[in-house]
Amino acid sequence: MTRNVALQSCRRFVIVYLPLLAYTLFALFPVYYMLITSIKKDSELYQLKANPLLVTLGGFTLEHYKLLFKETLFATWMLNSLAVCVASTAISILVGLLAAYGLSRLRFRGRRFFAFVIFVTYLVPYSLLFLPLSRVVAWLHLSDSLWSLVVTYPTILVPFATWLLLGYFRGIPEEIEQSAMIDGCNRLQCLFRVVLPVAIPGVVCAVLFAFSMAWNDLLYALVFISPADMKTLPVGIVTELIRGDVYYWGSLMGGALIGSIPVVLFYVFFMDYYVSGLTAGAIK
Amino acid sequence: MTAHVMRISRFATTQLSGYLFVAPALLIITCLIAYPFGLALYLSLSHALIGQPARFVGLQNFGYLLQSNIFRQTLQNAFVYTFAAVLLKSVFGMGLALLLNTKIKYRKFFRGAILLPWVIPDALSTLGWVWMFDPLYSVLNWVLKSLGIINKGIPWLSNPSWAMASIVLVNLWRGLPFFAITLLAGLVSIPTEVSQAARVDGAGRLRIFFSITLPLLRPLLLIVLLFSTISTISDFNIVYILTKGGPMNMTHVLPTLAFQIGLAGGNLGQGAAISLFLFPVLVVVVYFQLKAIQGNA
Repeated sequence: MTRNVALQSCRRFVIVYLPLLAYTLFALFPVYYMLITSIKKDSELYQLKANPLLVTLGGFTLEHYKLLFKETLFATWMLNSLAVCVASTAISILVGLLAAYGLSRLRFRGRRFFAFVIFVTYLVPYSLLFLPLSRVVAWLHLSDSLWSLVVTYPTILVPFATWLLLGYFRGIPEEIEQSAMIDGCNRLQCLFRVVLPVAIPGVVCAVLFAFSMAWNDLLYALVFISPADMKTLPVGIVTELIRGDVYYWGSLMGGALIGSIPVVLFYVFFMDYYVSGLTAGAIK
Repeated sequence: MTAHVMRISRFATTQLSGYLFVAPALLIITCLIAYPFGLALYLSLSHALIGQPARFVGLQNFGYLLQSNIFRQTLQNAFVYTFAAVLLKSVFGMGLALLLNTKIKYRKFFRGAILLPWVIPDALSTLGWVWMFDPLYSVLNWVLKSLGIINKGIPWLSNPSWAMASIVLVNLWRGLPFFAITLLAGLVSIPTEVSQAARVDGAGRLRIFFSITLPLLRPLLLIVLLFSTISTISDFNIVYILTKGGPMNMTHVLPTLAFQIGLAGGNLGQGAAISLFLFPVLVVVVYFQLKAIQGNA
């Protein structure tokens, strides 16, 4: 009897936990390796005989991070990225809130068609239109300016935010607004005073995803902006820290890690929203 | 009479406020998606170099592309990359979702760890992979050698076949959490009574999976597959950072080639034409997504 139980839990370990642990290792290893690379001394980093998985010779160092902040424009790129992502996310969420509210609450002519348009544009890949967009950006005299991104990121974020919020709004009963309307609220007040407080999880989710999408963009920022001090974080790291065959691996990995922090922090604090958004984005 | 007028005016107000609410979104979509799309069509039919006026040339760009070896290779690469990555993501994603759906300890830890590759921006995490694939200092080669699996280092990014395998691997690493977590949500929503009843009737695990779980999960699986197909075939970050389309154009996909020819090469017309090959994929995905959504409701 006890042997049977032991056998069963052993089997369970092999079938469930072993593959799960193997996958966790696969998922986490690159992050671990980036971290360990960023705190190793160069003398050890480029030493073929050393064990690359650990820090052994000579201990830890912060010189790569120092180089990042003192000798590159890393801090500027980070601030550029923050400014662009906050602005484009704010615009997109606001526009998305209005559109989703209109589509879910007001029976105006053409709303079905408009919902269809939102859905189609939501699926348009971001790499489909970057060339014509670069022309539009040039006509608007926004090339080499962060505004080029504030203007173009909403093309990805607005359809996404509208679609996500539309799903949330449809799930909120209209009755809660009716009493407010009788009390003299207009539609706009209804949206911001009555519906919005109830839809907070959906809004948090939309903000989270919109911000990470904008933060992750490489293509648009690469195409529209060339001066080094105007670059966003991913573009700055990819184009300025990799020069020909000279790589600063320690600083490169450190920069990639610091650059991930804002998004990872979001995710740590809002894990459940994140999961619900991940599934809602695909299903709704 | 007054009631009639009031009804009409309320109707008009609803119409008007409806349009006002969607107006900002409509403006953005018209000016920055619909118009650029029209411009893309126009450019693809033109001989357009950066800094010069465009000249209409009909289908010349498309004809040229379809005959060029690099472009044909790119189409093939795009297909291989997308097919392999999506297939692997769905198989392993399903496996992972099934594992996470069992009663396990430390579920929160596992879920958090599994999501991490999806959370970190791939424009940044792919840099870590470049370093892990380094020709001289590759940690992957070091581990494989230490374990005695290989004698000579694998040329991750310098050999065409390995380079394709590498970009697929990184895409798998990045995209698996999306499949796993979404499919897990689907699994959780399946009532356990059904499979319990089947077990009582003597069905084995495999039988239950293929005859009950999979059919019930099919609509969701289809949506996830379509979603992943469009985002994989239009992926720029991973390929650009890992290989820039090399070695010898053997890993170029549509966005990276459009970038190289349209911007680095300055040929906007051809670049736009290359990007537009993503459009049929979009049409197919939209069509099936709508069908799947309507089937669900």
